[in-house]
Amino acid sequence: MSEPVLALDGVSRSFGPIEVLHGVSLALRPGRVHALIGENGAGKSTAMKILAGYQPPTSGTVRLDGAPTAFASIGEAEARGISMIHQEFNLAEQLTVEQNIFLGRELKRGLLLDKPAMRARTRELLDLLDCHVATDRKVSGLSNSDKQMTEIAKALLRETRVLIMDEPTAVLTSAETAVLMRQVRALRERGAAILFTSHKLDEVKGIADDLTIMRDGAVVWSGDASEKDEHAMASAMVGREMRDLYPAKGPAPGEVVLEVSGLNVPGHAEDISFTLRRGEILGVAGLIGSGRTETFEGLCGLRAATGEVRVKGRPVTIRHPWEALDLGLCYLTEDRKTRGLLLRKGMRENLTLQALDRFTHGLIDTTAEEAALDKAVREFDIRGSRAVRVGNLSGGNQQKLLFAKTMLSEPEIVVIDEPTRGVDIGTKQQMYGFIRGLATEGRAIVVISSEMQEVIGLADRVLVMRRGRVAGELAGAAASEDAIVRLAMGVLPAEETVA
Amino acid sequence: MKSPKIQMSVVGPVLALVVLLVLGASLNPSFLAWDNVTNVLARSAFIGIIAVGMTFVITAGGLDLSVGSMAAFIAGLMILVMNSALPSLGVGIPIVLLGMAVALAAGLVAGCLNGILISRLGIEAFIVTLGSMGIYRSLVTWLADGGTLSLDFGLRTFYQPVYYGGLFGVSWPIIVFALVVIVGEIAMRSTAFGRHCAAIGSNDQVAKYSSVKVARVRLTTYVVLGLLVGVATILYVPRLGSASPATGLLWELEAIAAVIIGGTMLRGGFGRVWGTVIGVLILSLIGNILNLTDLVSPYLNGAIQGAIIVLAVILQRDTRQGQ
Ligand SMILES: Nc1ncnc2c1ncn2[C@@H]1O[C@H](COP(=O)(O)OP(=O)(O)OP(=O)(O)O)[C@@H](O)[C@H]1O
Ligand SMILES: [Mg+2]
Repeated sequence: MSEPVLALDGVSRSFGPIEVLHGVSLALRPGRVHALIGENGAGKSTAMKILAGYQPPTSGTVRLDGAPTAFASIGEAEARGISMIHQEFNLAEQLTVEQNIFLGRELKRGLLLDKPAMRARTRELLDLLDCHVATDRKVSGLSNSDKQMTEIAKALLRETRVLIMDEPTAVLTSAETAVLMRQVRALRERGAAILFTSHKLDEVKGIADDLTIMRDGAVVWSGDASEKDEHAMASAMVGREMRDLYPAKGPAPGEVVLEVSGLNVPGHAEDISFTLRRGEILGVAGLIGSGRTETFEGLCGLRAATGEVRVKGRPVTIRHPWEALDLGLCYLTEDRKTRGLLLRKGMRENLTLQALDRFTHGLIDTTAEEAALDKAVREFDIRGSRAVRVGNLSGGNQQKLLFAKTMLSEPEIVVIDEPTRGVDIGTKQQMYGFIRGLATEGRAIVVISSEMQEVIGLADRVLVMRRGRVAGELAGAAASEDAIVRLAMGVLPAEETVA
Repeated sequence: MKSPKIQMSVVGPVLALVVLLVLGASLNPSFLAWDNVTNVLARSAFIGIIAVGMTFVITAGGLDLSVGSMAAFIAGLMILVMNSALPSLGVGIPIVLLGMAVALAAGLVAGCLNGILISRLGIEAFIVTLGSMGIYRSLVTWLADGGTLSLDFGLRTFYQPVYYGGLFGVSWPIIVFALVVIVGEIAMRSTAFGRHCAAIGSNDQVAKYSSVKVARVRLTTYVVLGLLVGVATILYVPRLGSASPATGLLWELEAIAAVIIGGTMLRGGFGRVWGTVIGVLILSLIGNILNLTDLVSPYLNGAIQGAIIVLAVILQRDTRQGQ
């Protein structure tokens, strides 16, 4: 086998008194795709950041072409052909796509910027990625997947020998993921070493040559990817036998608690009508950009919307999120970083922010807050030190905290947008069980998800949206992957209608 | 919080205050005398009371540049109303109460105006308060016709104890300042309002998605600040008994500086009232020490204060990067 280009050799890393990586070794070889998998907080992102020179190891060695190396800066690592795409976006929101891609390495003609050349090169890179966003759009206005493609284009621009990608597909649709995987294969052909992580094990199975599995900051298995199937990967990650990812469906739902008819969210959704029953999980599927998020934000008073809404039979007008909450209706955002959590604050302040009145009798009862945090940490298995700011928790643990925060206000009707983005498979199982448990308790739940399997596995009924309208509704066995895709893409089910 | 490492942003301001106290005491023996101490505290009270309100505004991600001219305008208004009510009410407690009510009402309205423009119409706080700063300053100049508005002499003598009098040898401004600080500290630390201010200042989107009444909380911070400006003015007017276009000049900058020196983040998201108190004391002690000793010219007061503000921000930045 070829010599490794970049490797970790017995690397440990501590934050303050807490050691999060314990003697990790990992080798990236040219022309191979290496997948790093593990539970939330296992230390994948930390290991990647050390490889890419973003953080130094506390002990152990980073080897580049066999020689011990300490990158003085990210710039130095980049200059030696190492690029990293982060789990959370690392783009300058106020700059355009092309300004971001060329940030720090602008093309010049004399003293002035060579804009036409940069624009042309940007277009070329984006076309390679099947991304049709205008190169002069501001990044702040882009969809998550376009942002991700911009990140990837930025990495492709550099002459990369080693490309490190931290959960690049978490925000991509399956079609976009396929495009990305094609680029990854092309890079592999050209002899680049690629390291990536994902909680979608089918992707890992599909592309990885080498595989490393981490648990609690240590490598538990490393070897050829062909030796493990998806089930074996999941079990090794979680440390127990994994079966039955989705809970059994519940009993027949109760009375209607939410009736929406003719909901309009200007610019995003039109004439949305549906009902929701007590004890029911309604899945909402559709392509990214089909207006799912906006519809439910409109419903919950987070953006302007018109239409008829009845909660438990009573007509209501919801203009503000707190009015929705007073009616027992709550929306859990898909965007934990900019809308879900206060990244500079601790776990306690974040947990109780939405339900603060429950902890306030004139003054805030911090003891009760701490008790609630204890309970949430136990119930949702949130891992990570309590002393750190929430921004330093691993991505999946942030998601669990966000979930716990919303549930603390005990809404009767909950809209959960992308509940398991960036969550490991063991925790997914727990969260699915929890969502089903909420339904069984008599709550009504809407789950918006881009993961087809999740919608099918979890929901009792599926609403499919397309271009801001309800394209159809599928219940029980009719909610197959095929049927959902057809509705979402607007393709008629030809054979079935004939038969 | 439990980390054993000493946090410079916590210790820094306290340390600076202690150094100033030691320096002052060693340079001039009368520095620690009761008279000088109460004098410094009473003079700090106006800025201090305003700075406590400013702490909430800044914590919630806002800013108010208008407080100095607002104070001048309220002082002018108060004097005019009291003077014109004199013939009917005569010198006595009712007329003083009337003046106080006018000051509080004017503060409330002024704070509301700033707050509504900022929180409901979404105009940048800097712009709104820069505008109102100019408006109030010009209004007081107009009311005073370019000169000075003076409280009727008899009335002034009657009203004076509100500044000079007090309880157990502690003057009213100090007592009121202490009360405002205690209430402010509790509100910031352990009420939903304080928590919401910090949340909004950290990320107003997150606050919105967490069902926090963002616009209302923002508005409240400006209203509270306006009211506190009214309170400060009530205590200030009896000191000189007059208002002029120069009244309250640069108070806004001193208040903002005190807040920042105290460790509240200028970009919002974190604030502490006790820090602001230390900030106010540091600023006024510098002036006091320069006046009591002749090592450095008192004209350099502003330069030293400026250097301390920059230093405070540098210290805060270092600790944040270290975390
Ligand atoms: N700057 C930091 N300060 C303190 N603790 C940190 C910091 N960065 C990471 N950690 C901790 O290190 C551990 C590993 O985090 P890491 O982000 O590497 O996990 P991960 O495997 O990438 O998880 P996920 O799948 O959720 O993204 C976590 O417990 C996290 O809280
Ligand atoms: Mg990670």
